Amino acid sequence: MLAEALFFSAVLFTIGVVGVLTRRNAIIIFMCVELMLNAVNLTFVAFSQVYGVAGQVFVFFVMTVAAAEAAVGLAIIIALFRHRQTVNLQNINLLKG
Amino acid sequence: MLLQEAASAGLGVGAHPLVGSVARWMWLLPILPLLGFVINGVLAISSAFRRGPADPALAPHDTHDARDTDEAHGQADHESDAHVVVRHRFAGITSVVGPGVMVLAFGLAAAIFFAMRASGEIHAPFVQRYFTWMLASDLRIDTAFQLDQLSMVMILVITGVGMLIHLFSVGYMQDDPGYPRYFAYLNLFVFFMLVLVMGASYPVMFVGWEGVGLCSYLLIGFWYLDKANADAGKKAFIVNRIGDFGFLIAMFMLFANLGVLDFEAIRSQAQLLSPTLATWICLFFFLGCTGKSAQIPLYTWLPDAMAGPTPVSALIHAATMVTAGVYLVARSNFLFSLSPAASITVVVIGALTAIFAASIGLKQWDIKKVLAYSTVSQLGYMFVGVGSGAYVAGIFHLVTHAFFKALLFLGSGSVIFALHRAYHATHSHEDAQDMRNMGGLKAFMPWTFFLMWIATLAISGIFPFSGFFSKDEILGSVFLRARDSTLADAHWLGIPGNIVLYACYALGLAAAFMTAVYMTRMMIYTFHGPNRTGERERDYLSEAPWLMTGPLVVLGVLSAVGGWLNLPALIPLVPVGGLQRWLDPVVGESELRVTHGAPLEATHTLEYSLIGAAVMIALAGIALAWIRLKPERLVPKRDAVAEEGVERVLVNKYYVDEAYDRAVVEPTVGIARNVLWKGIDVGLIDGVMVNFFGGAVPRFVGWVGSQLQSGQVGTYAWVLVVGVLFVLGAFTLRGL
Repeated sequence: MLAEALFFSAVLFTIGVVGVLTRRNAIIIFMCVELMLNAVNLTFVAFSQVYGVAGQVFVFFVMTVAAAEAAVGLAIIIALFRHRQTVNLQNINLLKG
Repeated sequence: MLLQEAASAGLGVGAHPLVGSVARWMWLLPILPLLGFVINGVLAISSAFRRGPADPALAPHDTHDARDTDEAHGQADHESDAHVVVRHRFAGITSVVGPGVMVLAFGLAAAIFFAMRASGEIHAPFVQRYFTWMLASDLRIDTAFQLDQLSMVMILVITGVGMLIHLFSVGYMQDDPGYPRYFAYLNLFVFFMLVLVMGASYPVMFVGWEGVGLCSYLLIGFWYLDKANADAGKKAFIVNRIGDFGFLIAMFMLFANLGVLDFEAIRSQAQLLSPTLATWICLFFFLGCTGKSAQIPLYTWLPDAMAGPTPVSALIHAATMVTAGVYLVARSNFLFSLSPAASITVVVIGALTAIFAASIGLKQWDIKKVLAYSTVSQLGYMFVGVGSGAYVAGIFHLVTHAFFKALLFLGSGSVIFALHRAYHATHSHEDAQDMRNMGGLKAFMPWTFFLMWIATLAISGIFPFSGFFSKDEILGSVFLRARDSTLADAHWLGIPGNIVLYACYALGLAAAFMTAVYMTRMMIYTFHGPNRTGERERDYLSEAPWLMTGPLVVLGVLSAVGGWLNLPALIPLVPVGGLQRWLDPVVGESELRVTHGAPLEATHTLEYSLIGAAVMIALAGIALAWIRLKPERLVPKRDAVAEEGVERVLVNKYYVDEAYDRAVVEPTVGIARNVLWKGIDVGLIDGVMVNFFGGAVPRFVGWVGSQLQSGQVGTYAWVLVVGVLFVLGAFTLRGL
């Protein structure tokens, strides 16, 4: 049971990483980051079966942070869109050296 | 102020005879001029930006500025017809404070002198310790003053002659825009000079030594708007630094070997020094003397120092500061008497300087330059005296020289003042210091004429004027010590000491001859013959005001009778050998050490022939100048032709300045410009360090770094992931 859970969470995390690396739309990248967070959550829950409830407690922390991050991140993306009429990250490179 | 009056360690029994006498106020002596400096300095600063009365019409119209160079005054005064001299608005206060503190100081000095006379025999200096100046491990230096017979003589000369020159300055300088500044510097000079002669240890003396150098610099460059004057001040300062280096090294050596720097402590321990060490210490001290007292090879600054106001030349560059070196040798008599080699060096340098400078003085046209070279030459005489172990003779000549040379300088100041006033009145730009523009002034300035002749006879060594006694005593001392002394027994650079001393005696006689010639020449060209000042200017020539002539009269009397201070036994007018007995507690022991423990005796025949030789030579010099020089043939400076041959070499001062320029100044400037500036500064520091390591390299690194900042979030994410994979991979592989 543990092995399957870890496998799926790894698959989920990899999907998230690949999504972040390959997509250009800011919202999709953002969703992929959420995907990675949830993959981690899955891992925590799976391990909590073996090592006690501490993992489940961590999951709640992660979800809280993810919610806050979603609020801030989406607000930034909306503000960005209003200025640039795009959410394509390739066009957003003001910090170029 | 904490006063601890302590008898010197040398006696250690009972209280010093001067305890409780007026001598306990001796710390006031330097404080009084310092007070004058503060007051005048505040006046000078407070009005630095607002000088003179607001309405020029209120200024006196008939006064004339006394400067001998016009540049600092601004051109407007000469171009406009209104000769408005804007007197400094605080000139009145300065005229009271500046000379006033000197009068008080001289009064106190005289009171202390009489207290010393009244206390009978004083064998140890009266030392006052005020506070500890430096305390570091073994080094302990107190701010302490000491009063003994030698410093008393110097104090009287400094405050007495200084007071007269301060009074003269009131007349000479009061229309100068920088009048309070002038007196501030002059008071400060007296303060430092008194510290120099009263200090109870070499470091305290060195403070005064440096301080008088500073004031000399400030006063030479007093009219600093003219670059030549500022350069002359700089030259004096820099040349003196070379000598000060010697002074410092000598102090270091003394401390390293004896661990003390107080005069009295060194006097009691000097015997512990090995002869070689004593010689080196004395030679380094003498290097300091050559700088401060303008001896070969560091004499070149003194003639240039004539750029300062003439009273400054009289006070600093003739009567007091330049004699500090003579004082140093006399003060260090317990060291110099231990080292015949160093003493002979002092005599040789002194004799060479005396004749060298006298020969240059033969062909100078600037009246102050003649006197400057004369001063260098006379200082050489003093070193012949103190070097040969005749410390009293050297100090004696120092005192009489202070009288007659101050008189000569102030007299020349009167002459320059008169000429300048005349040229000023007619808007002429002629040189007020060139003797070719003078001539026949005896009709216009009878007092100055008469008094300067007294000084001329005194410096030439004519009986019975003061210079006769002091110069004769120096020459006689050298002659006697060439026959029998530790110096005569020693060898100097392989030459027997007695031969060296006889040669120096001959040089001294030759210099005396030249002295008589150039002084008579100066008098003839200045006061005799027809007047060459100019037709229109002649009406304006007149004697200086009494405020200036008065000090001349006093100095004239002193120049005439100053020799009575130390009459030889041959002439029993008043008690003979006064100065000799007065200074005996300070230098007597050392004098005896040089002369093998017994005073030198000379037969009357020998003494008469020595005196006769000196006087005959001086008379011959005067006669030669009187017969050969024809003031009628002189033409004013603007019509004069250049000299030829030997005369040209003399006019150009043996090209010593040029040689120093080539040998020292130009290489230094060349190295500074081509190696230090263009090579090291521009090439190495700016080029390699700043522009390459500080410029090009960081710019390249920054460019590389900036290329990594693409601004693409995707790229950053890729880098992050690759990095994470790398780290994880490394941990994983290591775990295997």
